[in-house]
Amino acid sequence: MSTAFTKTLAPLPPGRYGFWGIVRSEWTKLRSVRSTLWTLFITVFIGVGLGAIVTSARASRFSSRSVAAQLTFDPTRSSLSGLLFAQLAIGVLGVLVVSAEYSTGTIRDSFAAVPRRSWLLAAKVAVFATITLVIGEVVSFSSFLIGQQILSGKTPTASLSDPSALRAIFGGGLYLFALGLIALGLATIIRHTPTAISAFVGILLILPILASVLPSSYADDIGRFLPADIGTVMISAHREGNGAFNPWVGFALLCGYAVTLLIVGGVLLVRRDA
Amino acid sequence: MIEARELTKRYGEKLAVDHLTFEVKPGLVTGFLGPNGAGKSTTMRLIMGLDYPSAGSVTVNHRPYHDLEWPLREVGGLLEAKAIHPGRSAFNHLLMLAQTNQIPRRRVDEVLDLVGLSSVARTRVGGFSLGMGQRLGIAVALLGDPEILLFDEPINGLDTDGIRWVRGLLRDLAAEGRTILVSSHLMAEMGRTADQVIVVAKGRLVANMPIDEFTSKNSRRSVLVRSPQLDDLRTLLQGAGASTSDESDGSISVLGLSADAIGDLAARHSLVLHELTPQSGTLEEAFVESTEGNIEYQVRSITSENNPRKETS
Repeated sequence: MSTAFTKTLAPLPPGRYGFWGIVRSEWTKLRSVRSTLWTLFITVFIGVGLGAIVTSARASRFSSRSVAAQLTFDPTRSSLSGLLFAQLAIGVLGVLVVSAEYSTGTIRDSFAAVPRRSWLLAAKVAVFATITLVIGEVVSFSSFLIGQQILSGKTPTASLSDPSALRAIFGGGLYLFALGLIALGLATIIRHTPTAISAFVGILLILPILASVLPSSYADDIGRFLPADIGTVMISAHREGNGAFNPWVGFALLCGYAVTLLIVGGVLLVRRDA
Repeated sequence: MIEARELTKRYGEKLAVDHLTFEVKPGLVTGFLGPNGAGKSTTMRLIMGLDYPSAGSVTVNHRPYHDLEWPLREVGGLLEAKAIHPGRSAFNHLLMLAQTNQIPRRRVDEVLDLVGLSSVARTRVGGFSLGMGQRLGIAVALLGDPEILLFDEPINGLDTDGIRWVRGLLRDLAAEGRTILVSSHLMAEMGRTADQVIVVAKGRLVANMPIDEFTSKNSRRSVLVRSPQLDDLRTLLQGAGASTSDESDGSISVLGLSADAIGDLAARHSLVLHELTPQSGTLEEAFVESTEGNIEYQVRSITSENNPRKETS
């Protein structure tokens, strides 16, 4: 029976499957699902749109505020406040990039195609990081430019030629980028969409509330390590007080969180059954 | 070639796969039979490196799945129908898999055509029926034109035409010299498709042999007898050590004597026979026979009938 086969099977190409092919595959995955495209759109819409609304509210109230408040007004930070909403959309996308594979079962086809699971995760991170960085900077720069238009004539404004403003604008994009990777790392560990999103929202919104009810000496010590507080510093052109980290130290910390979560997630990804 | 040696998988306390040793050879359709929960799906996941064995090993083309140079071009698997993002199109699902193994884009169109999904290739998978999902799963398995193919319950959800198509496809793939492992809990279906059977129950190997041998070994060969002198004949046959049971149409079914022996016996005692028909056993009977005595399995099969859930372990 095993002598007269009807077909000679094609020989395998030389070499083996590589990283670039997995990156292309991850890009296909991301662009071929409407929900990821929508989430990206919402990120931009919320970031820029809500930023503009908050900024115009501040502009109209500016003259009625105290002199102290007027003197410390940070037009850069005000125009970038939409990023603090956009971060939630980026987080949801970061979670979905991993957790949707588990909830739909696609992960089994993905692992069958790429048994070297660390490469799969690395390719996911590479594609997602590139996209969040681009989207983050687009949102940040647009928010700034639109915001300064809104503030113009009513409050002091900032310009791109101001190095501290420029640092804050870049910082806004970098902040979204780092948060997206933190969300992706969380999802790699947790795998379950609602739980991973809850964890992300908890870290971002609940931890600062918990920290704020601690005695103030502890609150500042703990608060400066929290992503939300670091984010506020990163999008501010003025120096933040209260012993907060310098924005670049803060960004390094966020990257440290993301890398730690991704390494833990990667080890679990390789070891766990699919 | 797939080779499992003492392959074992434990989930907590439960042994899902219990020291399985078998080979799946090229050029044959090997049926992987067992009731739901017998460990078939788990074994297939272990073969494809999705789950890790607790003990023992399994190789494809003499290597662990993780060491394959071009996984999709060497092994193709349909492990679960519709385990695909509902918002993605069939084309894009296949494309993103093809890209990982440098499979050309035209092969995506080729397999879509082969499974009859070309017309819905660009629509979202969420709207697919189970049968269409099953066809897409088969397209995934065939994508890399692999030498080794695993199909877990491929005919679930297919209509009659679909079943006939899958049966033909499996036969053709085997004729091309590929290694085909196809699981099913439907014994009768396997009887028409498989050359070889591997039977498992409760994670343990029950049989691994050519299907004809399995059927003849494990099914009782009964003989249907019709006679105007049935009472005398019955006494005579029982005296010779056979057991008889009355059939509803007035004939009797005899176990323990061949048709030849029954004919000789009747002639020697001048009894008239109107019919003497050997009944060949079915794969279904053989399966029940081969797993009988495994009380745990019988209990399981009763519960799984009352509670028909999809095999998850």
